[in-house]
Amino acid sequence: MLEQIEKLEQQALADLHAVQDEDALQRWKVSHLGRSSSLMKTFDQLGSLSKEERPAIGRRANQAKQALEAAFNQQSDRLRQQTLERSLQSERLDVTLPGRPQVRGRLHPITRTLRQINRVFGDMGFQVFRSPEVETDEYNFELLNIPAHHPARDMWDTFHTSTPGVLLRTHTSPGQIHVMRKYAPEPIRVILPGMCYRYEQVSARKDTQFNQVEGLAIGKNITMSDLKGTLTDFTRRMFGEQVRTRFRASHFPFTEPSAEMDIECFLCQGAGCGVCSGSGWLEILGCGMVHPVVMTNGGYDPTKFMGYAFGLGPERITMLLHQIEDIRYLWGNDIRFLEQF
Amino acid sequence: MKIPLSWLKDFVEITLPLPELCHLLTMAGLEVEAVQIIGLPIHENASDSPHLHEVKMEGLTWAPDKIVVASVSEVMPHPNADRLVLCKLFDGEQEHTVLTGAPNLYPYKGLGVLSKPLKVPYAREGARIFDGHQPGQVLTTLKRAKIRGVDSYSMICSEKELGISEEHEGVIILDDDAPVGIPLVDYMGDAVLDIAITPNIARNTNVLGVAREISALTGQPMQPPSFEVWAEGPAIQGQADVQITNPELNPRFVLGLIKDVHIKPSPYWVQRRLRLAGMRPINNIVDATNYAMLEIGEPLHAFDYDSLVQRAGGKAPTIITRTAQAGEKLTTLDDVEHTLDDFTVLVCDTAGALSIAGVMGGAESEVHPETKNILLEGAAWNFINIRRTATAQRMSTEASYRFSRGVHPAMAERGVKRCLELMRQWAEGIVSQGLVDNYALPAQLACVEITPQDVRRWLGIDLPIDEIADLLTRLEFHIQLKGNGLVVTAPDHRLDIGEGLIGVADLMEEIARIYGYERLPETRMADELPPQRTNRELELEERMRDVLVNLGLQEIATYRLTSPEREARRLPPGNAPDDRPYVQLANPIAKDRVVLRHSLLASVMEVIERNARTAQRQALFEMSPVYLDSEEGPLPEEQLRLVIALTGPRALPGWQSADSGNMDFFDLKGLIAAMLEDLHIQNIHFEPAEHPSFHPGKCARLLVGEHQTGIFGELHPVVQQRYELAEQAHLVVDLDVKIILDAIPVRFTAAPAAAFPPVLEDLAVIVDETLPAAQVESVLRAAAGKMLANLSLFDVYRGEQIGIGKKSLAYSLTYQAPDRTLTEKEITALRQRIIRRLEQELGAKLRS
Ligand SMILES: [Zn+2]
Repeated sequence: MLEQIEKLEQQALADLHAVQDEDALQRWKVSHLGRSSSLMKTFDQLGSLSKEERPAIGRRANQAKQALEAAFNQQSDRLRQQTLERSLQSERLDVTLPGRPQVRGRLHPITRTLRQINRVFGDMGFQVFRSPEVETDEYNFELLNIPAHHPARDMWDTFHTSTPGVLLRTHTSPGQIHVMRKYAPEPIRVILPGMCYRYEQVSARKDTQFNQVEGLAIGKNITMSDLKGTLTDFTRRMFGEQVRTRFRASHFPFTEPSAEMDIECFLCQGAGCGVCSGSGWLEILGCGMVHPVVMTNGGYDPTKFMGYAFGLGPERITMLLHQIEDIRYLWGNDIRFLEQF
Repeated sequence: MKIPLSWLKDFVEITLPLPELCHLLTMAGLEVEAVQIIGLPIHENASDSPHLHEVKMEGLTWAPDKIVVASVSEVMPHPNADRLVLCKLFDGEQEHTVLTGAPNLYPYKGLGVLSKPLKVPYAREGARIFDGHQPGQVLTTLKRAKIRGVDSYSMICSEKELGISEEHEGVIILDDDAPVGIPLVDYMGDAVLDIAITPNIARNTNVLGVAREISALTGQPMQPPSFEVWAEGPAIQGQADVQITNPELNPRFVLGLIKDVHIKPSPYWVQRRLRLAGMRPINNIVDATNYAMLEIGEPLHAFDYDSLVQRAGGKAPTIITRTAQAGEKLTTLDDVEHTLDDFTVLVCDTAGALSIAGVMGGAESEVHPETKNILLEGAAWNFINIRRTATAQRMSTEASYRFSRGVHPAMAERGVKRCLELMRQWAEGIVSQGLVDNYALPAQLACVEITPQDVRRWLGIDLPIDEIADLLTRLEFHIQLKGNGLVVTAPDHRLDIGEGLIGVADLMEEIARIYGYERLPETRMADELPPQRTNRELELEERMRDVLVNLGLQEIATYRLTSPEREARRLPPGNAPDDRPYVQLANPIAKDRVVLRHSLLASVMEVIERNARTAQRQALFEMSPVYLDSEEGPLPEEQLRLVIALTGPRALPGWQSADSGNMDFFDLKGLIAAMLEDLHIQNIHFEPAEHPSFHPGKCARLLVGEHQTGIFGELHPVVQQRYELAEQAHLVVDLDVKIILDAIPVRFTAAPAAAFPPVLEDLAVIVDETLPAAQVESVLRAAAGKMLANLSLFDVYRGEQIGIGKKSLAYSLTYQAPDRTLTEKEITALRQRIIRRLEQELGAKLRS
């Protein structure tokens, strides 16, 4: 009997070894561990054995059953593992194929620059004030200390409209008068972004339509050193902490003293390159202390109030930041260009 | 403004290397835009300057051992060529025979040994010069060669070959005093600074002005030119007179007289300086007026004295200045007849007009080669009026350039004196003693009081009073101490210093310039912050942009100037475009940019058209103003619009199959609805609409509350044909942004996500084809009441099964109570109520 069990066990294990799939495994289980299997029948036969034989054989039969069950579980695990591996293998992707293209929206590059400018000045307490694009000669020129026929008018090539005295603003500076007249005698710290127009032959660097961001600070205690500090802080945040700036004397009728600010070319670190025309410096804005005439026209007493103003060009800054060589790309709206931002 | 360095050195010692000098001037507001090198070493003792590359320096350096001053003792014919001559030349070391074809040496050919040798610039073998026979500046090295049987290895040079000018008609013949054998660079090496002159520094449109700035900036003392005249002739009084009719327009008029001049070419150094400064040498008389103008800034005019005497009937001429009669005519030197305005000031004599004051002389009284006697004019004019005149007459001359920016009346006298003396030296005339000087309206010297506190207040720096005084004295301001401050009087070459507080501002700029803008500290404002306000409009616009970008749209930015014809394309042909008046340009620069736009849609369609060639799919938006005639005043209403345009496949093409259908009406509608939802705008309606730009069956109107906010839909096929577009649907919307912004709530509430399970149910109803779905939905919502958490249409079906002229709308409904799980009984009751009302109100039938 014992030998028979031994034989059954050996045979079952040998059979199990040959099992290669789940169906065969189940069939093996039925034939070797099922109710009608030879091993199970051995248990049925225990009652017919002698009292002396019974324990040993029973023990042995149990042993065999446990061994087969363990072997079954092991084989079952192995098969499941194999199946999983096979299926994973068959699902292998060519991960170098491209991903699904996604529809994306983007802001126009000038909007991005304008937002950055607004944010940097906003952090310094400057708020946005806007004023009209179509202006009167009075606001665009006269109140800004640029009387009719004054040679300083040559600095702005103006689009006039068919209504006498009405023109397309040549700069955002008329906004200075609007904001001063609105808030006098409160202190002021604003930036005035907006579209401006100049009668100019279109070229890679100049267009008839362009954005400008004017800045204006009015208070009892504001100096030219403050102007330098504010604008230097601005350029560091806009172009990087390391960027060097320089202030040059210049002229604008609505500011005095007037200055222009250059930043060290961040492409060549000042050594000279094509973008900075070899000079190592990039001109980025004009500025100065608010002229007493403008201060008075804005409704502030120039003996009590001081102020500064500045104006910068978002297109120029955008072009510098992204090394764009022609301003017309910004207005061309070619999707292939815009998709890069 | 071109300023030769050698000329500056007449008046101020310059020890700084060129890059340093240019930097100093640029920082002080005299921006040096470029430097033309004339022979000098480019970076002489400046190779370690931090400002080396700041200014573009170009030109030719003359090697001292290769290019020298030489003398030609004899000009001989060439044995084999008529158009060439051989020069016997001594270069200080040895004699050479030099071959040249210069026409200006022909007159000396065959004269034997010249009594007075000609001094010339001589380039030895190996010298690097510009090729005279090639256009532009092409470097070449002199090499030994045989030309028509004669050995040639060196050259007598033209101005072009030495990089002085484009002149290549002949070789340079130097002045007689040129020392033979010395390097040419030592004799006449130079550099020309090209300086941008802003309107406020008009005083620097001349060599003396720039020299004065250099003196102030470097501390080197000025050596101003002499205004002494060697006058030996009989006094001018009685020989000429001046009458001024309007001193406001003509504050001063000065005349000088020089007789028996010999008109001929000026000395070479004069011609060279004029050319370097950008002017063409004419003859010694005209050159003297130009030279004096370039030197001290006063434009001068030389009259042929005898022709004036003749016009006065043999008597002493009287110069009269007056305004023209409107329509009066005058022919100027350039043979152009001008019709004058009533503000044009004329210089006349008793016989009539001679010249347009401060702009250009007349043809009749000009100096000609036989002129013997010269009456010289130096005057002061109202600069505003000169600018107005030059603009009206469309004339721009060296004189009007200066007079329209302001020349101090003091310069009239100095200009005449300086010029008379130059004419005397160059044309050997005899100067009449004295001047006729009618100074009708003497200029007041501006006088301003400032204190160190002012400097502190404006510039933010503490400067001791004596330093302030020193900075201003360097610019020739006159300074007096008064209490704790200074009384500052402007020098008589400046018109740009105002009175009172304006004068203070003007002086602050001068102090800052000479002190150095670079030295001002960088400080952060200590002043109080202004009241903080929210710019809600801007914030909402930017939020809207973000929403649109999140919805997958590309923002664009278009030109706002257009033409009515361009805008008319957005409508079918024959449709009256727009009867509202445009903001029209009086001086358009291009035919297609003559008005400010009425339609943002038209601008965006042009972009769609331009991209159509390269992009099948476009999804764009722009938020920008249009300019509409306003009844409130002369300025237009700048109305902010939003245009969205969609066309092409819904999904981007990829290697996997995707939704390849093209975008249609409902893509746009869904986008608009999503935008409004993201902005938390309630109370939105869409209704069918008609508009000539749109497909009549695929066009709707958006209402926000009661307000018509805009029209959207598929572009009308006829309109589509007016653009070069692909044959696929184009969906566009044009909205009034203000209505949308106004409808955005200041805040919105957020409810918790439901804690109890929802009940989902589908419901399909059959209704008449013509019944708008919106009506079904609104009945459904009303019937379902507040237990309806969500409603969405998931299918629209038409087919024989449900009958012709019918459609089936299938909705999925989500019921939800905030406080409990809804029971089967409640749901049944709800469903029955919905069905009953749909049946009763819309004649709908439940589809089973
Ligand atoms: Zn660079």
